[in-house]
Amino acid sequence: MTGLVLLIPIALFCGLVGLAAFFWSMKSGQYDDMDGAALRILIDDDAPAAVSKEPHA
Amino acid sequence: MSAAVAFDAAAPLARSLFAVPGMRCAACIAKLENGLAANPGIALARVNFTARQLTLDHVAELQLPELQAAIAAVGFEAQPIRAAGVTADRAESRGLLKATAVAGFASMNVMLLSVAVWSGAAGATRDLFHALSALIAIPTVAYSGRPFFRSAWAALRSGRTNMDVPISIGVLLVTALSLFETLTSGPHAYFDGAVMLLFFLLVGRVLDSVMRDRARDGVTALLKQTASGAMVAREDGSSEWVAAEALAPGMTMLVAAGERLAADGIVIAGASSLDRSLISGESSPIRAGEGDQVLAGTLNLDAPLTVRVTAAGADTAIVDMARLMEQAAQPRSLYVRIADRAARLYAPAVHTLAAASFVGWMLAGAGWHEALLIAAAVLIITCPCALGLAVPAAQIVAAGALMRAGVLVKDGSALERLAEADRVLFDKTGTLTLGRPELDSLAPLSPEHRPIALGLARASRHPLSQALRKALEAEGVAPADVTDVVEEPGFGMRGLWNGAPVLLCRATGVAGEALAVAFVFAGAAPVVLRFRDSMRPDAAMTVAEMERLGLPASIVSGDRAEAVAPVARALHLTAQTAMTPQDKLDAIERLGRAGHKVLMVGDGLNDGPALAAGHVSLAPASASDVGQNAADAVFLGDSLAPVAAAIRAARRTMAIVRQNFAIAILYNTAAVPLALAGLVTPLVAALAMSGSSVIVVANALRLRSAAR
Repeated sequence: MTGLVLLIPIALFCGLVGLAAFFWSMKSGQYDDMDGAALRILIDDDAPAAVSKEPHA
Repeated sequence: MSAAVAFDAAAPLARSLFAVPGMRCAACIAKLENGLAANPGIALARVNFTARQLTLDHVAELQLPELQAAIAAVGFEAQPIRAAGVTADRAESRGLLKATAVAGFASMNVMLLSVAVWSGAAGATRDLFHALSALIAIPTVAYSGRPFFRSAWAALRSGRTNMDVPISIGVLLVTALSLFETLTSGPHAYFDGAVMLLFFLLVGRVLDSVMRDRARDGVTALLKQTASGAMVAREDGSSEWVAAEALAPGMTMLVAAGERLAADGIVIAGASSLDRSLISGESSPIRAGEGDQVLAGTLNLDAPLTVRVTAAGADTAIVDMARLMEQAAQPRSLYVRIADRAARLYAPAVHTLAAASFVGWMLAGAGWHEALLIAAAVLIITCPCALGLAVPAAQIVAAGALMRAGVLVKDGSALERLAEADRVLFDKTGTLTLGRPELDSLAPLSPEHRPIALGLARASRHPLSQALRKALEAEGVAPADVTDVVEEPGFGMRGLWNGAPVLLCRATGVAGEALAVAFVFAGAAPVVLRFRDSMRPDAAMTVAEMERLGLPASIVSGDRAEAVAPVARALHLTAQTAMTPQDKLDAIERLGRAGHKVLMVGDGLNDGPALAAGHVSLAPASASDVGQNAADAVFLGDSLAPVAAAIRAARRTMAIVRQNFAIAILYNTAAVPLALAGLVTPLVAALAMSGSSVIVVANALRLRSAAR
């Protein structure tokens, strides 16, 4: 029983942290552009792609 | 581009939103964001790739045409969109997603506690766990249940019933009873059932709303809004960009070649050809000169025009069309979706069953508490959990498959109506045909002249030049180095090739001169190149397939009989020609009265009322904004084949939905006797509910290849 007094609040707290994190990420717009986020990782910041001159297909 | 405008951090920034359908890759994002941020007037450029949108924070001095020019300078075509509508639409999805997250969190934690109770916790431990469950579940029901309570309340108040009524009654009754059990240290609490039910149903709602959002984003990105404003000449000789809403009669618009008119008016200077295909369905351009009446939405082809505005905003001819459309759309709003039709039969049955079990057990001598508990178990077990998922799960999988195949379906009800259609009416210009000129034959042009013609044609945005350029590039012709190229409005292109003058100009004095150009090499006899509005690829195959699918087709066109006849002959279709929008509307209503469900496929402004009146409607991505807004689905690309694919996919979807209903009913006939007998413990309810939901979703996933 003493174990439960400790473990149940811990379990609930962990769940609440997850829920709060989800709410925060949604509010900060992380779900607004899912496809873009997947592509942005490919952008090389050192050499801006804007320099390239080839015509856009 | 006014590079002189310096970015001042203290000045208030304006924000503009653009649709940029052309972005396709990571490099496009970088090009747009870095390239535009380098512009001195632009503080921040941010791309939303999913929605194909670009947000610009810029100094207020930069106006729409300058911003568009800046975007064009980094290589993209952009159309302005209004910010207000976009954000409001997203609020609903966000609210649903939040409610789902809360319900998911609660059902996981309540389940954690319930498992302990099922595996034999007793006495004080069980009471504690029940109390904790109540603490989690009651706020969750209050928060996550709102979408259902609201919709159920709205239905009840207007004297109807829908799927949300049994859901709301079930959830509330079960929660109240479980609370009573908890307070009286009873053995069974159904909190897990209540929150799990909410979670599964909310997943269905989120799927439905995600589908609508995704399609709407797709359609917004396509909307051209080409008539979003005009350059207006002031009396002092200066000119200024005025948004379409702010145009007023009496103003003088300067309409450049290649621009669409933003208001109705009378030409006061200049002469040009106008493409009215989006307005009336006529395929060949008409000439307009001084004193001629011109309509908003027409495309100015060759020369700049000065137009005095006679009607703007709510008074233009376009808006008359909008009124006609509003009336036409009324029958469709009476359509009842299949889930609601099912609920009309289902809800009374469920409520009668629950009430009967309560009365039955009371008569059999059980206490009111036990009888109520059994009635609640009946409600929870029959609650249309699988039914709530059956329709949206199937529809979103099918819509995803169709989107990959190039059809954007706006909502689930469109898929349902698409499956029911049994007649199809096609518009001609822009729907069966491409609605843009294509070169008839390259043969008149000798091979040595082709590179020169390409060198001239690629310097102009005139539709005929563009068509010639495409035809030549498709042949693999490399452009010759033509120098001193000038575009003479209303005449054509002039240039020098190796010192010899070359011309690509209007072919005056030949039959059908509106769809012909002349190529003149160093004063030699002109070579006339003819263009035509060619048929969409796969048109014949699609029409034949529609016939096989049980949808006989015919043509309703606003164009002249001579222009429609060749298309009708090629496709073996009957055609009605020279129809006004009202005529098209009447044709659909006649078929509707005869019991047919008409699929209307059209693109123009003149098809708007017909698109709104059809039982279901499709428009190509090249359609007018009005056409795309009125249609239930938009298909991308040149081919007409997606129309038949959409019908097939919609029918398969409805087959799966019916299977899902059958599964849900089968499950109910197995589980309801158990509930009536009082054998459904919370554990049995939880297993039955998740089991049936998983089966229904798995069945829906079979639609992933529906559009092939």
